[in-house]
Amino acid sequence: MSNTPFSEGIQSGRLKPAELAENFGDLHPRLDDHEALVAADRCYFCHDAPCMTACPTDIDIPLFIRQISTGTPEAAAKTIFSQNILGGMCARVCPTETLCEEVCVREVAEGKPVEIGRLQRFATDVLVETGEHPFERAEATGKKIAVVGAGPAGLSAAHRLAGYGHDVTVYDARAKAGGLNEFGIAAYKSVDRFAEREVEWLLKIGGITVETGKALGDGLSLEALQGEFDAVFLGIGLGGVNALGVDGEDKGGVDDAVDFIADLRQAKELGTLPIGRDVVVIGGGMTAVDAAVQAKLLGALNVSLVYRRGKDRMNASEFEQDLAASKGVRIITNASPKAVIGNGSVREIEFGYTDDNLNPTGQTVRLPADQVFKAIGQTLEGAGLPDLERGKIAVDGTGRTSVEGIWAGGDCATGGDDLTVTAVAEGRDAAEDINAQLSA
Amino acid sequence: MANLQSDFVGIKSPNPFWLASAPPTDKEYNVRRAFEAGWGGVVWKTLGAEGPPVVNVNGPRYGAIHGADRRLLGLNNIELITDRPLEVNLEEMARVKRDYPDHAVIASVMVPCEEDEWKRILPMIAETGCDGFELNFGCPHGMAERGMGSAVGQVPEYIEMVARWCKEATDLPVIVKLTPNITNILHPAEAALRGGADAVSLINTINSITTVNLDAMSPEPMIDGKGTHGGYCGPAVKPIALNMVAEIARNPETARLPISGIGGITTWRDAAEFMALGAGNVQVCTAAMTYGFKIVQEMISGLSQWMDEKGYESTADFVGMATPNVTDWQYLNLNHITKAEINQDDCISCGRCYAACEDTSHQAIAMSEDRVFTVKDDECVACNLCVNVCPVEGCITMRTLEPGDMDERTDTPVVADYGNWTQHPNNPMAKAAE
Repeated sequence: MSNTPFSEGIQSGRLKPAELAENFGDLHPRLDDHEALVAADRCYFCHDAPCMTACPTDIDIPLFIRQISTGTPEAAAKTIFSQNILGGMCARVCPTETLCEEVCVREVAEGKPVEIGRLQRFATDVLVETGEHPFERAEATGKKIAVVGAGPAGLSAAHRLAGYGHDVTVYDARAKAGGLNEFGIAAYKSVDRFAEREVEWLLKIGGITVETGKALGDGLSLEALQGEFDAVFLGIGLGGVNALGVDGEDKGGVDDAVDFIADLRQAKELGTLPIGRDVVVIGGGMTAVDAAVQAKLLGALNVSLVYRRGKDRMNASEFEQDLAASKGVRIITNASPKAVIGNGSVREIEFGYTDDNLNPTGQTVRLPADQVFKAIGQTLEGAGLPDLERGKIAVDGTGRTSVEGIWAGGDCATGGDDLTVTAVAEGRDAAEDINAQLSA
Repeated sequence: MANLQSDFVGIKSPNPFWLASAPPTDKEYNVRRAFEAGWGGVVWKTLGAEGPPVVNVNGPRYGAIHGADRRLLGLNNIELITDRPLEVNLEEMARVKRDYPDHAVIASVMVPCEEDEWKRILPMIAETGCDGFELNFGCPHGMAERGMGSAVGQVPEYIEMVARWCKEATDLPVIVKLTPNITNILHPAEAALRGGADAVSLINTINSITTVNLDAMSPEPMIDGKGTHGGYCGPAVKPIALNMVAEIARNPETARLPISGIGGITTWRDAAEFMALGAGNVQVCTAAMTYGFKIVQEMISGLSQWMDEKGYESTADFVGMATPNVTDWQYLNLNHITKAEINQDDCISCGRCYAACEDTSHQAIAMSEDRVFTVKDDECVACNLCVNVCPVEGCITMRTLEPGDMDERTDTPVVADYGNWTQHPNNPMAKAAE
């Protein structure tokens, strides 16, 4: 007999294929031509627009929306890509409600912003689907640059550097390029292999070689790279997952949320993925929400997301919290894990209630759990890196590290939020600085 | 409750909203629907001479321009007068008038510029029981090439002549419909008056090309790869029509000539504006073609509400009330000084006023680092551009300076006296102040 959401333990195939297909469909389908025109018409073409200022990559939003409204989405896409070469993915995953759309004057005036994210998705999809790459490489400079990490920061840096005519080699530990775009984002935000197609499209600039299965300390050394290349950019992300630090953490069924998300993204058949009946996700960020929502969508009966502080302190945006709630995820706040209970495998997990300053109130609660996902943050891994600051590679505004000739950006480096769009901006800006230095 | 009953040159209708002579009034079927929807009257689609009717193109007849959200702002057409036989139209008009005796049915007519033609057809049409005639001297396309429509309307002598023939041929009211495709609307209006016309209606459509198909390299509407100029109408033409109505209403020669206002009327407010400038009633076409006949219900309710609020009992109470305030530029009070003022509570910080003023006007708006926009009184010439580009209605207003206040731009105090260009020292033609 096949499984259902009620089946005990960690089971695959809780839902029928048709239900899974519907659950993991595009969260915000692309606007059609008419919808895009209607949405674009709402833009006021503000002077020195607040949305542009709020965008970490400074996309000229009023201009690209005007280009959509005048029937030239390809030109709109070029406006976007000239600032943010991963504008397609950012249109899908950016928390626009806390960036461009939050400061849209129509949000301020009416509580209903121009749908900047969806318009960006519309324009970028139109161009990417043509298969054409809108940028040309400058004449080859003969300079060689190593980019470690093929995530948003590394790809952004690589594209910009290749555009200047440098030869770029991008290394990545995984078997596939894309970084978090490929492995770390909920499936319903990037359907139809979009991350993979975006990388293929990005590489059409030419001059970029991707070598997968290579990481610092695993086939690569910083010293060797420095010897071989004119510059090195590190965009290695945060490879380690924080531990709960409670008893029983090693029991079966206690997993890292990032692994669950990655497995889900790479799965050929969602019905083959096992998921618990009673799932508890610990954490309050995007990763926690992505794991919780997808656990529910896979057919878990009960999914709780437990965060140690109040709702307003959660890193996941209000939109993400609402999304989780709308999918049936129960959000529990002010509760900190105390012990994982079970005989070999997890059966229950005990939390202690805490106030907003994390002081225990003395009260506890136990939640039934046959699967627990840890999503309480990630850490930088690796030895021999440039100087760190607060656990990340210290960089200045142009991405320079403490070591001459090594730049860094994205989640592994200080500066900016851990967002795809921030990583893209940092990769791009470091590339500009590298180019300026190599051209000097 | 305001009484919308309308009496225009003796033609009575339940309200002042008529459908203009155009596609919506081409057939009994449409006109019955219009009356059921609430229209006060119709000017039947223009009738031509007996015999084989004109033929229309068999491709697109309309072109358009759109605003945001594809709101239709302007429409142009290359349709001709009715392409149905005269006798069919007359039978239908008679039936409609019989069934709607309280509604106005006006016959629009266009026949060649010969006395016999006009004098033969008018009595024939009058047998339908119609309430009056409108002489179509306005159509700018197709018919003009045959010496009719605007080809007549552009020659005042012809207008006068045909109007006279018509007045000799019928006792019913005769309205002359004017083309705007002229340099001075007073000449045809005065000619109509001399010819004995009971009223003028205006404007007919404006010569236009709305769009060019950039693939086919042809104007649109495109018929087999070619296009022609068509008659432009809709909200976009309202300002042109309002001015022409006002010119006739304030001209001493034509001040008493009744006017039926036409041109882009879409809402009750548009209608009230035409009437305030001197139109005794209004005619509507494009709005009905865009939204259907039901819009008249908003026009009726809106006009009634406004009249109640203002205490007007009948439309005659406010017709022409704005006319005396239409003057020549030289008589505007140069001592009336205003300054733009931005309501910070309403401002949404879009910065459009700043861009408009900084780039294209007088650099009179300051922008702070935190996007607060304020007017620099010492630079503001009160041009009103910021008011017009602001997306929030009422956010930017013009504040009138009181006598004695300092105008910081000119460093002179505001004077209480009226002073215009004719008296201004910079005017070489100025009359010496007494």
